[in-house]
Amino acid sequence: MELNAKIPPGPLKDKWSFYKDHAKLVNPANRKKMDVIVIGTGLAGSAAAASLAEMGYNVKSFCFQDSARRAHSVAAQGGVNAAKNYKNDGDSVYRMFYDTIKGGDFRSREANVYRLAECSAQLIDQAVAQGVPFGREYGGYLNNRSFGGVQVSRTFYARGQTGQQLLLGSYQALMRQVAAKTVKLYTRHEMLDVVVIDGKARGVIVRNLDTGEIERHSAHTVILATGGFGKIYYLSTLAMGCNASAIWRAHKKGALMACPSWTQVHPTSLPQSGDYQSKLTLMSESLRNDGRIWVPLKPSENRKPNDIPESERDYYLERRYPAFGNLAPRDISSRAAKERIDAGFGVGPQRNAVYLDFSKAIKEQGKGRIKEKYGNLFDMYRKITATDAYVEPMMISPAAHFSMGGLWVDYELMTTIPGLFALGEANFADHGANRLGANSLLQACVDGYFIAPYTVSNYLAGEIKSERVPIDHQAFIDAEVQVRAQLSKLLEINGTKTADYFHKTLGKLLYDYCGLSRSKEGLIHAINEIKKLRADFYKDLKVPGDEDEMNGELEKAGRIGDYLEVAELMCLDALTRDESCGAHFREEYQTPEGEALRNDEKFCFVSAWKWRGEGQEELLIPEPLHFENVELAVRSYK
Amino acid sequence: MDNKNRASTLMRKTLMAVTGLFLCFFLVIHLLGNLQLLLPAEQAKASFNSYSQLLSGNIFIKIISYVLYASIVIHCLDALIITLKNKKTAGRYAVDNRGKASKWYSRNMGILGTLILIFLVFHFRDFWYQYKFGSLPKDESGHKDLYAIVVAAYHDWWYVLFYVLSMFALGYHLLHGFYSAARSLGLYHPKYVSWVRTFGTGYSYIITIGFAIIPIYIYLTQHVLWN
Amino acid sequence: MKLYLKIWRQSDAASEGKLVDYELDNVIPHMSFLEMMDTLNEQLVLKGDRPVEFDHDCREGICGQCGMMINGQAHGPIANLTTCQLHMREFKDGDTIYVEPFRALAFPIKRDLRVDRSAFDRIIMAGGFVSVNTGQAPEANGIPITHEQAESAFDSAACIGCGACVATCKNSSAALFTSAKISHLAKLPQGKMESRKRVLSMVKQMDEENFGHCSNTEACEVECPQQISVLNIARMNWEYSLSSVLKK
Repeated sequence: MELNAKIPPGPLKDKWSFYKDHAKLVNPANRKKMDVIVIGTGLAGSAAAASLAEMGYNVKSFCFQDSARRAHSVAAQGGVNAAKNYKNDGDSVYRMFYDTIKGGDFRSREANVYRLAECSAQLIDQAVAQGVPFGREYGGYLNNRSFGGVQVSRTFYARGQTGQQLLLGSYQALMRQVAAKTVKLYTRHEMLDVVVIDGKARGVIVRNLDTGEIERHSAHTVILATGGFGKIYYLSTLAMGCNASAIWRAHKKGALMACPSWTQVHPTSLPQSGDYQSKLTLMSESLRNDGRIWVPLKPSENRKPNDIPESERDYYLERRYPAFGNLAPRDISSRAAKERIDAGFGVGPQRNAVYLDFSKAIKEQGKGRIKEKYGNLFDMYRKITATDAYVEPMMISPAAHFSMGGLWVDYELMTTIPGLFALGEANFADHGANRLGANSLLQACVDGYFIAPYTVSNYLAGEIKSERVPIDHQAFIDAEVQVRAQLSKLLEINGTKTADYFHKTLGKLLYDYCGLSRSKEGLIHAINEIKKLRADFYKDLKVPGDEDEMNGELEKAGRIGDYLEVAELMCLDALTRDESCGAHFREEYQTPEGEALRNDEKFCFVSAWKWRGEGQEELLIPEPLHFENVELAVRSYK
Repeated sequence: MDNKNRASTLMRKTLMAVTGLFLCFFLVIHLLGNLQLLLPAEQAKASFNSYSQLLSGNIFIKIISYVLYASIVIHCLDALIITLKNKKTAGRYAVDNRGKASKWYSRNMGILGTLILIFLVFHFRDFWYQYKFGSLPKDESGHKDLYAIVVAAYHDWWYVLFYVLSMFALGYHLLHGFYSAARSLGLYHPKYVSWVRTFGTGYSYIITIGFAIIPIYIYLTQHVLWN
Repeated sequence: MKLYLKIWRQSDAASEGKLVDYELDNVIPHMSFLEMMDTLNEQLVLKGDRPVEFDHDCREGICGQCGMMINGQAHGPIANLTTCQLHMREFKDGDTIYVEPFRALAFPIKRDLRVDRSAFDRIIMAGGFVSVNTGQAPEANGIPITHEQAESAFDSAACIGCGACVATCKNSSAALFTSAKISHLAKLPQGKMESRKRVLSMVKQMDEENFGHCSNTEACEVECPQQISVLNIARMNWEYSLSSVLKK
């Protein structure tokens, strides 16, 4: 099987224009006859659903939350990048493209990344028109802040709640269409399978989480915008409900998964404080603009941070990466923190954290200015830890955050199942092996607002003649039977361990062996352990209640069942990539200074994986990456 | 859910605010007139009685008085409608500590209002009804001697106490009512909101103390000290 | 520490609910309130009982999904906090804690502590948006908006839609929620255009959803995790009166 990314011809900067000029259109009368299913109502999902509905398609939109406004895009704090060059600091579409490609350690497609940068300016216009209250200068023009991994200020922000404000913009656009009856919204519905007929995605099976009812929905195309699966690590910055089930079940129906092991571990999260903990709260990366990261010079230091004199502190990021300092990219910052913590310099009761210190910034700029910039983050820190970060440094620690990997998509964001699209974090497309800060909101929005409307239409133009599939079609019946069997199976085990037990155990395995650093030995060990854990799961899981009622434990169990399979593929993916790149750091492949060592000769490709059935190892199908516009360089932030 | 032809919740609150503020305005006029009762007895009698005469004969005052009656009735009825709807919509908890988040009098405007209404029944019976329909003696200038009625009314300590307590109910009602009315009418500029709040507090204190002091003063001067 | 919990259990909207007693040992002060509930649920599951259903998702105070009445206060004893941000250090060993759902006629209980807040979505549907289609937006810096204006719009826009304002209101009024959206959009030139029509239709929807009147007790602002100001309500009242008068 050859993967065709369908990159349009022509020079890099003209590819997207070429595509738009040549994409097929559906005339307005026909659009009314075509049904689109969108799973997920985060930025990508609600933006796509609203945009397609505005065009005239019949859209059905699904989310598992109790309102579309609660999708986890809401939690993104820091900002959204755009190459507007308002600051006149040398920014341009090309420079943004280059930063993103380099930030991703040259493991993403040039054409996709260029398009992301190209559409970024338009997104800011769109958001402002929707009433997103971005930060402004006193003169009334939009303000920017800087973010990790770049040397220009191109990040637009709405205090520390940029994701929330952007999501409210797209949520409101979606609700406007719901009111206009062009979108039918199903909240508290979880997708459990995609229905493929004649090789094309033609519908989904969903479960109403309030009643337990199984429903069938048919359409001409299915769009998955279900976000990332970093929650697989259990302790992560993600919401409790974030999951891989939708993309994993699509994967089992034939969609390839790409680079699933590439998970971004965010450097500035709050450290774990005990076994009971359910999530790690993220503190925005923007804090690194003014905060300085350090650990004590002496291992196992017992003094309070303010009692440690300046001469006995190790500002390790400033020491190792003088050019970028505290603003080094996320993968590098996280790894550097882990290196210090593992070497015994960690701080806090569990010795699992490093300090993020604002004393210098407060001295230089005054408490008022710092409060204005980060007030809500300092408040949040106080609420959670009962510590005043204006007085004492924050304690931070790396935490699983973003899935660069996901369903493999071509330039049109279509998976290997025709008619099945994947948008936003659910796909593998733009971020390569490491995502730059403030690019995730951008990618989700650009996919939903600006790309899907063209590419989905282009696909639907070829489907004008296909009739609506009735939901009593055999494929729907089969899919439903399978889904029901899966649910009953989980309920029938009646063992002695809760779903959370398996999730926590799995999460720990992944942190240890497929987290910030990986090794061949560790990964092989992890694969064996995961297999054992999965066997135990189907022997000893306990799920109370029934399938035809609201059942939170059953929801969890279903998601964890999928995680147990995803995890194995993640380890396999990491094991087969004998190089270090971005977030994927193989201990065997590093420079003498401990930096990632890429192998462009052998691994300049995207690993796409094909499901071959229960118990069979997945098949690796590489998609070679061609770099025509940038030179593959060693990624240095020194 | 057949709310189609009903006034919106906001309109009902606007009506409460408008009638309430008119009553607030009336209270000022009422208090200014009543302050004459604090003059030395003879002077108070002459001045208060002639003032009452003036009010009862004036067509302008008459119109105002009808607006006043209407305001009282509308304020009460609207309050009743609002309270009934709120009773229906409100959630009820087994353990309820929601009171910690707000002032007690702001949550009990209905009860305070009811107390004021009960007070008004007595107040009307004892003065308004007497003046209009009772057979009052005349004073030296030939005016109806309302002053004598007032003095007679405050003969008993418990009656004075009833009046004073009622004025406190009124005071708390005003303390919330005044700025709440401004809020319902849409005053949202933070600067003026805080001005209105300060003004409203001062107003409530003055009205309460002003009205409460009169029965006490009369009771003490006319019934305790001289008898 | 040891806690005595009295939690509202109700299997669906139609059935009767009641407070059920639970005892929980070894609660750690650093736990969040929801982690304490997780611990309880884990024990219930292992016993084969049905765990307590409660709404939660992001657990960092922004999604607005969690919400419980804890000892008779919305999101618990601390002001301006979501339930997920409440930590057990606010309680003492041996405490009895009452946990009830957010209650209002407009928020029917789905099960246990989960309530149906879709009325909020329908209020937004009635006009809580700017009528702009994708791809039509003019240059973002085309209309300058002062720093103060943008910050003030943000203050109103920060609402997370958790429903604590309704739960804590003695009348279950949704005035704070509705007015926050009306103010957010009215404060920006992009939203100003439709503000007259918006306020009328959103208020109408709010009333149809059976929320109560606003008595200006200001309890909502005290409990709001985002400290949305009650002055938004005043602004809504002003916009509403103006729009009603000027309506053709």
